[in-house]
Amino acid sequence: MTKPALSLSEVAFSWPGRSGFSLTCPAFDLAAGESVLLLGESGSGKSTLLSLICGIVTADRGQVAVNGTDLTTLRPGARDRFRADQIGVIFQQFNLLPYASVADNILLPLRFAKARRDRAGGRDEADRLCTALGLPGDVMGQPAGRLSVGQQQRVAVARALIGAPPLIVADEPTSALDAATQDSFLSLLFEQCARAGSALLMVSHDERLGARFDRVVDLADIVTTDRGTA
Amino acid sequence: MILRLAIGSLLARALTVGMTVLAIAMSVALFLGVEKLRTGARASFADTISGTDLIVGARSGNVQLLLYSVFRIGNATNNVTWESYQDIANRGEVDWIVPISLGDSHRQFRVMGTTSEFFDRYKFRGDRSLTFADGRAMDDLYDTVIGADVAATLGYEVGDPIVVAHGLASFTEHDDQPFRVAGILAKTGTPVDRTVIVSMEAIEAIHVDWQSGAKIPGRTTPVDQIRQMDLTPTAITAALVGTKSRLQIFALQRWINEYPEEPLLAVMPGVALAELWQIVGIAETALIGVSAMVVVTALLGMMAMILSSLGERRREMAIWRAMGARPATILGLLVLEAVLMALAGTLIGMALLYGALAVFRPLIDSAFGLWLPIDPPSGRELATLAIVIGAAALASLLPALRAYRLSLADGMMVRT
Repeated sequence: MTKPALSLSEVAFSWPGRSGFSLTCPAFDLAAGESVLLLGESGSGKSTLLSLICGIVTADRGQVAVNGTDLTTLRPGARDRFRADQIGVIFQQFNLLPYASVADNILLPLRFAKARRDRAGGRDEADRLCTALGLPGDVMGQPAGRLSVGQQQRVAVARALIGAPPLIVADEPTSALDAATQDSFLSLLFEQCARAGSALLMVSHDERLGARFDRVVDLADIVTTDRGTA
Repeated sequence: MILRLAIGSLLARALTVGMTVLAIAMSVALFLGVEKLRTGARASFADTISGTDLIVGARSGNVQLLLYSVFRIGNATNNVTWESYQDIANRGEVDWIVPISLGDSHRQFRVMGTTSEFFDRYKFRGDRSLTFADGRAMDDLYDTVIGADVAATLGYEVGDPIVVAHGLASFTEHDDQPFRVAGILAKTGTPVDRTVIVSMEAIEAIHVDWQSGAKIPGRTTPVDQIRQMDLTPTAITAALVGTKSRLQIFALQRWINEYPEEPLLAVMPGVALAELWQIVGIAETALIGVSAMVVVTALLGMMAMILSSLGERRREMAIWRAMGARPATILGLLVLEAVLMALAGTLIGMALLYGALAVFRPLIDSAFGLWLPIDPPSGRELATLAIVIGAAALASLLPALRAYRLSLADGMMVRT
């Protein structure tokens, strides 16, 4: 039986010192290679959920398993290495190091994950991804901050996909793009996720994107939040 | 890659980082500059007299004898009789001996009586000898040789007349026996520059009509008559002595210090200079302390700069974390950036210092007689630079630890 790319079970978490904001998630699964759109408005707990899934913070109780490994059982250092190895992250914006070259941005996760570095095979894979994502041939040596917003998002996708991590987490990656660019961007994202065999978990508040995904899940259906007493 | 990214991050904030690096560079240049001045001053100080094995004078203190005989500061407690001088000169260990007679002045400058051998035997800054910028040594009884500062300050040239005043703060002048400038010495950076040199006989000549420090009323011996007189000195102020072998210095020194006819003191110039420098050392320490505080202030400025940049860099830290960087990596990144800034600051500071030395060295030498050598950094200076870089790493720990905590608290999404 194939391990799910992501499995959350009886997860509870509260931010220390943040006015008691807490989140619970009884159950949520994402199959290997599956694409899921998670719909949620601002303040619905999506940032906290993504931090839990990526292992940046650990659940107070319950299980957060990525590709069969429960992140809550890992020590902090091992969790960081596991994240670098198993998860590709695409941010909403400001997602690249503007002073670093495109090549350094794409290859950065490999610096922290040997297994992923071995899978990626190095610079050639970065070149291939850039070409596949429609970036100009001479872009690799340019500082990321000089690219257009659309090009930056494609570099972010290349960075998330390099080394074919089993899970891609995308936080509203299309919010800064116009409608036409959005469409072509999503096409490229899906194409490359399929090629890498990566599951895609995208968080957005735009319901119109749902048709492209295997499943659409309302964040409110899987997560309960409590803002506490501010 | 981390080093490349750290450099890229610093270059992206070129203005603030540049100002911080400049502050560190200036402070390092100041600190090392003070150090160079200190060692240069010490070397110049020690080089004021060289090649002289012993200085002999009336018994007082080592430093006092050195001050009045070499630096022309203060006065002798007593004179040395000519007979004692002859006894010393006749010792087998003595290779050469040069008498010095002090007590009179010209304007603000001391007048020193000596022999023409002084010009050959007095060495400074290693093995340098006195040279004449103009003219020659004393030939006539009323010839004088003046130091470079005397000539420059008073605008004297060879052939100009000079009238010597009696004592150091007297209104009585030996105007009946004027001198003539026979030579002007080249700049040495030593007290010789501020000295009016005459012969020992001249000192006797101008005091022919004096007794117990006062002019004998109504008596004025004609110059022609004075020239015919036996002007052998009756006493001298001090003497510079060179021995035939360095091994004999201690034996001769002991003999002089135990001289039964009158209380004498013989000191080795190096020992007395070291004693004198110890007294000056307090100011030296204070100077180093002040310049060290300037370096500390620059490093505190760097710490404040890193701290204030953390707010705008929280997203950057979140990206690093999302890519798999551990909080310790972020801490290390900030420390690395601080070390790079300090390294750049120290290198630029060194370049500034050596540039300034190359430009100003001749000016400092001619104005203050202070010769600052342009040598590669000494072990002490390199150690100082290493300490500055280490201190920068230490100072960056506070903001780095804050970044560490922020990266733990922010999670992946920064709430600014």
